Amino acid sequence: MEFPRPLAAPLAVVPIALIEGAVKLMFKSLLNRHPALFDRLGEHRGKRYAFCPLDLPLVFVVEPSRAAVLVTRKRAAAAADAVVEGPLFLLLALLEGRCDADALFFSRSLTVIGDMEAMLALRNALDGCEVDLPRDLGASAGPLSPLVSRTADAIRRRALAGENAAWN
Amino acid sequence: MELICPAGTPAAFREAVDAGADAVYCGFRDETNARNFPGLNFSREELGDAIAYARRRGAQTFVALNTFMRAGHEGLWYQAATDAVRLGADALILADFGLMAHVAETYPEQRLHVSVQASASNPDAVNFLVEAFGARRVVLPRTLTISDIARLARQIRCEIEVFVFGGLCVMAEGRCSLSSYATGKSPNMNGVCSPASHVRYRQDRGDLVSELGAYTINRFPRDEAAGYPTLCKGRFDIADARGYAFEDPVSLDVMDQIDALREAGVSALKIEGRQRGKAYVAEVVSTLRKALAATPEERRTLLARLRLLSEGQRTTSGAYEKRWR
Repeated sequence: MEFPRPLAAPLAVVPIALIEGAVKLMFKSLLNRHPALFDRLGEHRGKRYAFCPLDLPLVFVVEPSRAAVLVTRKRAAAAADAVVEGPLFLLLALLEGRCDADALFFSRSLTVIGDMEAMLALRNALDGCEVDLPRDLGASAGPLSPLVSRTADAIRRRALAGENAAWN
Repeated sequence: MELICPAGTPAAFREAVDAGADAVYCGFRDETNARNFPGLNFSREELGDAIAYARRRGAQTFVALNTFMRAGHEGLWYQAATDAVRLGADALILADFGLMAHVAETYPEQRLHVSVQASASNPDAVNFLVEAFGARRVVLPRTLTISDIARLARQIRCEIEVFVFGGLCVMAEGRCSLSSYATGKSPNMNGVCSPASHVRYRQDRGDLVSELGAYTINRFPRDEAAGYPTLCKGRFDIADARGYAFEDPVSLDVMDQIDALREAGVSALKIEGRQRGKAYVAEVVSTLRKALAATPEERRTLLARLRLLSEGQRTTSGAYEKRWR
């Protein structure tokens, strides 16, 4: 499922600092829940990884060594060692290990360029963790935790329906 | 028949056990196994935890030490064997005769399986390994027909395990030098086939171009399913023709032949794919577990959806139903 265009379009004009602030909060929450997330990267921990959702006007660059995430507009060139492109919900499914990356590559749903060794290490690192975005994001939402988890879970179910992501 | 399932990470291992594996095979995070990929495999502590997890649920753990030892560095393999035995591995899967001899002498009680990488495919070869090292099971290369397997089973004195689903290699397992030729690294010695460090993908006018070292492996038009960037699955210009010189980018699936394999004397069915993610492991293991108990008609329906997870999104019965010379 593609990210709905009416929701994606405004992101082109929302101040980037605002988007980056929200993404950083989610990223920090994820790392708090999974402190060993990048342990499997080994020598590739110092690389920069870019995630380019085809249905968003944004690029997310993750730097594991600094536990940092940067958000840029697509028109600005993002310096990265390895880049993966695909629909947002498939990228999130990969983060959770919910879809098989090789199968998505065979079906041409994903494109990977750059340092393949680094990208493979990251794929395996993510797959080795048990990220569950509704649960993990809900955990840091304080009193809103049940609402955040339920909403994120409902979005995930709808987004991945028909994507052969029946795992879990 | 037992279902032997792959795991590249502890998360995939738990998925395999929960999905119904009789045994899970895995390796250490180094060149002692043929899936030495970045970010993959188990630390000693992770393997110990995995073995305990499997044992609580009645499943076994096989540890693959199936690369060939480098002269002068045998200690790495010996230590891996020592640690796997200490942690309680139910079997070691070995390819190197020197390592088999070491394990047989040092740990005579340890169950030893012959890896597909040893390429033991005739009665003399298999019986030698049984007599010399006490091998209890042989994983056969994917080069034999089901009739060949039945003939072999009558002449050997150990159990037989065969691959039934997953990636397919050229018919020179344990001896293939294609990756070594292109990159200097091979699954046999370094545990990596077409290492990611030598792989490059680029987009060219909508086509996906895959390169390995100095070689262009393939060019996939926009709507064509892609394959792995290995020389054996490369599409080349040869004389006036363009095509797959070695084999097509397809995966193995002989689950529709499991009754024949059982009758042939096969004890265990193996799924390839330690490099695949936990979603793949969970899906394939649970489907094949159901297929083992299903009727032939139900099996076809169950297995049809797995094709989408396969290389090139196509499957073949390979040499099991060999129709060529």
